Amino acid sequence: MASLITCPHCGQRPKEEFAIKGAALARPAPDAPQGEWYDYVFLRTNPRGRYEEYWHHVSGCRRWLVVTRDTASHAVEDCRDAAERAPT
Amino acid sequence: MTSYRLNQGGLVDRATTLDFTFDGRSFTGHAGDTLASALLANGQRLVGRSFKYHRPRGILTAGAAEPNALMTIGSGGRTEPNTRATMQELYAGLEAVSQNRWPSLDRDVGALNSLLSPFLGAGFYYKTFMWPAAFWEKLYEPFIRKAAGLGRATYEADPDAYEKVWAHCDLLVVGSGPAGLSSALTAGRAGLRVILADEHHALGGSLLSETAVIDGVSAPEFSARCVEELRSLPNVRLLPRTTVLGWFDSNVFGALERVQKHVAVPAANRPVERFWRIAAKHAILATGAEERPLVFGGNDTPGVMTATAMRSYLNRFGVAPGKKVAIFTTNNSGYALGSDLESAGVALTAIIDSRADGPAYSGQARIIRNAVVTDAFGGKSLTSIRIKHDGRFETMDVDALGMSGGFSPVIHLALHRGGKAQWSDERAAFLAPDDLKGIALAGSVTGAGNIAESVAQGSTQAAGLASMMGKSAAAMSASVEGEMENRPSRPLWFIPDVIGKAFVDFQNDVHRADLKLAAQEGYGHVELAKRYTTNGMATDQGKLSNVNAIGLLAQARGLSPAEVGTTTFRPFYTPVSFGALSGASKGKHFQPVRKSPLHDWAAKHGAVFVDTGLWYRSAWFPREGETAWRESVDREVLNVRSNAGLCDVSMLGKIEITGRDATTFVDRVYANGFAKLPVGKARYGLMLREDGMIYDDGTTSRLGENRYYMTTTTAYAAPVMSHLEFCAQALWPELDVRLASVTDQWAQMAIAGPKARTILQGIVDEDISEAAFGFLAAREVSLFGGKLTGMLFRISFSGELAYEIAVPAGYGESVADALMALGEPHGICAYGVEALGVMRVEKGFITHSEINGTVTPADVGLGKMVSRTKQDFIGKQMLSREGLSHPSRLRLAGVMPLDPAHTFKGGAHILSKGAEATLENDQGYVTSYAWSPTLQSPIALALIVNGPDRHGEEVVVWNGLLNEFTPARICDPVFFDPANEKLHA
Amino acid sequence: MRYSALSILRNGFARQLGWTSAWRFPKPKAHYDVIIVGGGGHGLATAHYLAKEHGITNVAVLEKGYIGSGNVGRNTTIIRSNYLLPGNNPFYELSLKLWEGLEQDLNFNAMVSQRGVINLFHTDAQRDAYIRRGNAMRLHGVDAELLDRAKVQSMMPFMDFDNARFPIKGGLMQRRGGTVRHDAVAWGYARAADKRGVDIIQDCEVTGIRRENGRVVGVDTSQGFIGCNKLGLAAAGNSSRVAEMADLKLPIESHVLQAFVSEGLKPFLDTVVVYGAGHFYISQSDKGGLVFGGDIDGYNSYAQRGNLAIVEHVAEAGIAMIPALSRVRYLRSWGGVMDMSMDGSPIIDRTPIDNLYLNAGWCYGGFKATPASGFCFAHLLARGEPHPTTTAMRLDRFERGYAIDERGYGPQPNLH
Repeated sequence: MASLITCPHCGQRPKEEFAIKGAALARPAPDAPQGEWYDYVFLRTNPRGRYEEYWHHVSGCRRWLVVTRDTASHAVEDCRDAAERAPT
Repeated sequence: MTSYRLNQGGLVDRATTLDFTFDGRSFTGHAGDTLASALLANGQRLVGRSFKYHRPRGILTAGAAEPNALMTIGSGGRTEPNTRATMQELYAGLEAVSQNRWPSLDRDVGALNSLLSPFLGAGFYYKTFMWPAAFWEKLYEPFIRKAAGLGRATYEADPDAYEKVWAHCDLLVVGSGPAGLSSALTAGRAGLRVILADEHHALGGSLLSETAVIDGVSAPEFSARCVEELRSLPNVRLLPRTTVLGWFDSNVFGALERVQKHVAVPAANRPVERFWRIAAKHAILATGAEERPLVFGGNDTPGVMTATAMRSYLNRFGVAPGKKVAIFTTNNSGYALGSDLESAGVALTAIIDSRADGPAYSGQARIIRNAVVTDAFGGKSLTSIRIKHDGRFETMDVDALGMSGGFSPVIHLALHRGGKAQWSDERAAFLAPDDLKGIALAGSVTGAGNIAESVAQGSTQAAGLASMMGKSAAAMSASVEGEMENRPSRPLWFIPDVIGKAFVDFQNDVHRADLKLAAQEGYGHVELAKRYTTNGMATDQGKLSNVNAIGLLAQARGLSPAEVGTTTFRPFYTPVSFGALSGASKGKHFQPVRKSPLHDWAAKHGAVFVDTGLWYRSAWFPREGETAWRESVDREVLNVRSNAGLCDVSMLGKIEITGRDATTFVDRVYANGFAKLPVGKARYGLMLREDGMIYDDGTTSRLGENRYYMTTTTAYAAPVMSHLEFCAQALWPELDVRLASVTDQWAQMAIAGPKARTILQGIVDEDISEAAFGFLAAREVSLFGGKLTGMLFRISFSGELAYEIAVPAGYGESVADALMALGEPHGICAYGVEALGVMRVEKGFITHSEINGTVTPADVGLGKMVSRTKQDFIGKQMLSREGLSHPSRLRLAGVMPLDPAHTFKGGAHILSKGAEATLENDQGYVTSYAWSPTLQSPIALALIVNGPDRHGEEVVVWNGLLNEFTPARICDPVFFDPANEKLHA
Repeated sequence: MRYSALSILRNGFARQLGWTSAWRFPKPKAHYDVIIVGGGGHGLATAHYLAKEHGITNVAVLEKGYIGSGNVGRNTTIIRSNYLLPGNNPFYELSLKLWEGLEQDLNFNAMVSQRGVINLFHTDAQRDAYIRRGNAMRLHGVDAELLDRAKVQSMMPFMDFDNARFPIKGGLMQRRGGTVRHDAVAWGYARAADKRGVDIIQDCEVTGIRRENGRVVGVDTSQGFIGCNKLGLAAAGNSSRVAEMADLKLPIESHVLQAFVSEGLKPFLDTVVVYGAGHFYISQSDKGGLVFGGDIDGYNSYAQRGNLAIVEHVAEAGIAMIPALSRVRYLRSWGGVMDMSMDGSPIIDRTPIDNLYLNAGWCYGGFKATPASGFCFAHLLARGEPHPTTTAMRLDRFERGYAIDERGYGPQPNLH
């Protein structure tokens, strides 16, 4: 990354076709404590290294993907459909 | 006037003579010449002036690293400053002008700076010009700016076209010297998809300047044969005149092809430059090595050039550098040049070798070992050099000097993704790291290699890649005769006993004393030295200067070059134009245009269009006699309020939501409840972000049990669609829900006004009376006696009895025509987004002027809408944070001037009456302003501290920016028909 | 040695031999009153103001590389105080005022050039937004001027007024805005702080934050343990990584922002201009290069480099604004790692951990903030209370619901 992303549905496509949302975090349960929600909405581990991120194939299949990347080398380890893989 | 064209030799086409001018003087050259070789052939040595001291400068290289021979080429919108004469192909009619001199290149007033040079050392400007403070902008800076800079850019628009393309290949080979050609041939023969790119116009790289014999033929002939075979392979694409200038993630390379930079007037149907993005499975860099200058006094005197360049001008272009030549070398390359010079009949006075043990030399020239050149003299043209050997000095009259300080492999591309160069003592050079992925190196870029080795290396690398890709490849070799034995140079950073200025970065006038000063003052780190002295920041980005600077810094700090390290290699290898990077995106084509299906309808009614994102929206419809926009808008508003109007609302975002769980989904994405919305009804929906702020609003209609039709605002159509997809796919994949953006499928129009129903009934087959189709009804309807099905919504953004009707986009114009015709007796008019805006302000309805990403539902008076019973919806959890209900928050209210004759503007602030104008006293700001023809007064919506509780309070609408201060009163944001009587009429 | 025309003259005659090092290269002491992590603009400015304003000189600035190796040395050099919200506006105006006296304060010419900053607008809605902003500025006594189309055209006739996809309707100008020679800011602060006794320790990477009984007592570094009474983090770009050493999770993501410089040109552009219908801003350095940039690449990154998508978008927006840029050439690109916060505004605050103070989240507006950031962080470190201009820049503002969101994009850092 981030010149080409291999979309699980469309194959290798240029970065311009995608939009990036940010950390692929699990949304807390509705009755989770406020602290957990605050953490979800506002706090980030922001690691230097392996990172899971939501990408949207906007100008392609329009699926949301979880891209696992290295934030230091930009190497992409994995790219899956968000529906098939609950974020960790 | 000492360099000249030899009577024979070289690869130029002597039968074709090309006329060109330099500084207005006429010259001729030949096809195959560069501007630089043609100038040298004409004896034009002085080609430019340096940046700071305005020293006379000549041609130093024969390639991309040229720091001196920068010229302005072309005229009008085609003016191109800073063009390297060494890379510019000569064409008939070329006009070149030298830069950074006044009044002329020969007599340049700026050269006086040289006299001040003792005071203009590295960073002198950080230490002065501080007093008085105001003088910086007024006096010092304008003077410095005028003196600085290189060429002058034009302000005229560029008449030429550019293009961007993608290419995919198994193997990208960069450089077409011996290693590049063998790589491409080996891979090409094996069937790989190969792209071979070279920055020069002729393929062959160093072979074109070589006199060795390869496989029984001359080096250029060998190269030509390779190229011919490559050209015959359908899986190989040759890209001459193409510089690969950056290596990016995923092994994507950026490359610039100069398609028509070698013609006087480019053909209009082709681009002048083409920018390639090459997605390569693998790449082989066969980029060669750059010869380093030597750092002695006056090493910038015209007539001094690198040995490789001199050899190239001699062998490839048939140009002799002078009549009495000397060579100063630290390695064997100088001897190859010497031998070629003597073969060509050019008098070679001496080879001055810094080593004790140079190779055997069979020519006539005197060989002086263990010797250095300390200085070169002559000002505008070299006349003599001063040599030190055996502890004594000797002056030698020469008019040309070739120098070779060793070779720096061109590893730039390999380091664009963060790799660090490694110093090799053995090679006396920085080499690419050996853990590169997706890139391999071959030839002299590896720091090693004569021609045979390069050919073998390139072929081996390519064969390895081919076999990795499942193809078998035959290795290629070449037998070479007459090549000088190649040995690494012995670094010679610091030459003692130098008298004159010894330049490291020629273009930026950084001489070695500057680097010493940098180290002395604490800027010894290679990055700090670069920034403090500007060494390496010229247009060649340190190609010639960096390694010498590192060597000198190492010496000054008592370190090894490895410990000093390099600065960061970054794109671009050579400069690239805005035009090439933009391709076809320019002028009106900067962004696409979106037109509503009713665009032509609006146009034929005389609409004035306004930019709304990518859309052109009809803003108002002037009629004859209306000269000011306000006249049209007032008329449209009053007509809608008294009769009827038709407005294009097709650009609202439209999303169809279906699936078993559609209801649950809609209920979760809106803050207000949707679970109980009956089929056939529309509801206003408020969508929040997870942080509780309003994201967007719109109306969503339940058209069937599991079918919803959502509208969004125009601006947020795309973001809302993405957001919903995120919710459906990432957050709640377990829900059975499908989303389709149908914005472009439907033409949608609002028909508003007391007579809307009567007019609309004319085309709708079903009964749409108040009883049958009451407020917020939403259904599919049959139109024109069953000819067409549309969707009808009883919703209103104007406060009038109003409908929105959606019909398949292709029918939009016909339906609008029919409604206008039916409405004519009822006084219908077309109205635009301005009138719509006035009416919505009159009714206190919000848009993104109010919901600007920082307001909560409560801020705009919609707090009660937010569901208290839903277990979950987007934005629920963070809505209860303390700050979101703090009394200091700005909340929606209306504002009217006390005197209706007074106007104000959107964006003006609100101050309490009599309060001093300070930030602390700021009470809020006007979000939407309109002249209400209905109320005959300016009206506005505003976000005001405690706004809803301050109705009736006198305030000042404060617009200090435009000196407008308007006494006004806070009021209810609903200015018109607060009981909604007209809506339900 | 004091810098002046006279010192230049004297040293010119002395063959430059008289110049001394601009700062010392000290070994770390065992203990300091205050340690600042990060020898960039903000860290060095903090040290300078701790010494100058508060008399606290037993201070070390720890820098893992060379001073100024982070974003102070890789930005587009723009300074301005054209901020909208009361949580930001006074702070940035304080910064601009400090810029205005910087060179005399530091005895170092950082070439503060108040050549004006113009933000163009292309629609009525944008105009209203700039009227709102301009008035917020004026209410705080900050200079702001609304330019109509004719005025913009008279100042910059080479912009695309006739053939543009999004015609220029006017601009908001701050004449006191401008540019500063960025590297010189780090050097000027370093030299001034060093002169007052601050130890600037380069090549000293912090590897751990040591705590005893919940209080920070010092840092482990590549040059050993160094004790301190107070620890200030000013390592924007890497804030999350440093904070993690104290088990703090921040409302920050690291993103890469590219910037570019063209080949040197004779004077072409006299002000800073920001395009309004695409992401593009440009000025011309005194050396002649056009300095320009656009949006962040959009993905989390600690690599100081980006990709072609943004490179090309920037070129497109550039030509859309100034068609004559077409034949001007990009010379070099670079990338800086940005602390992108959840509301686009910075954090200068205490942390929940005793003795640990945070200066972070500068998004891509950190350069212009350098003087005030140092001034206010020094105030916080010295007095334990926020400076009056930073009372809104709290770490807990997200949890409590007091975001300072100039652009209204909410908690998605790559949009700010």
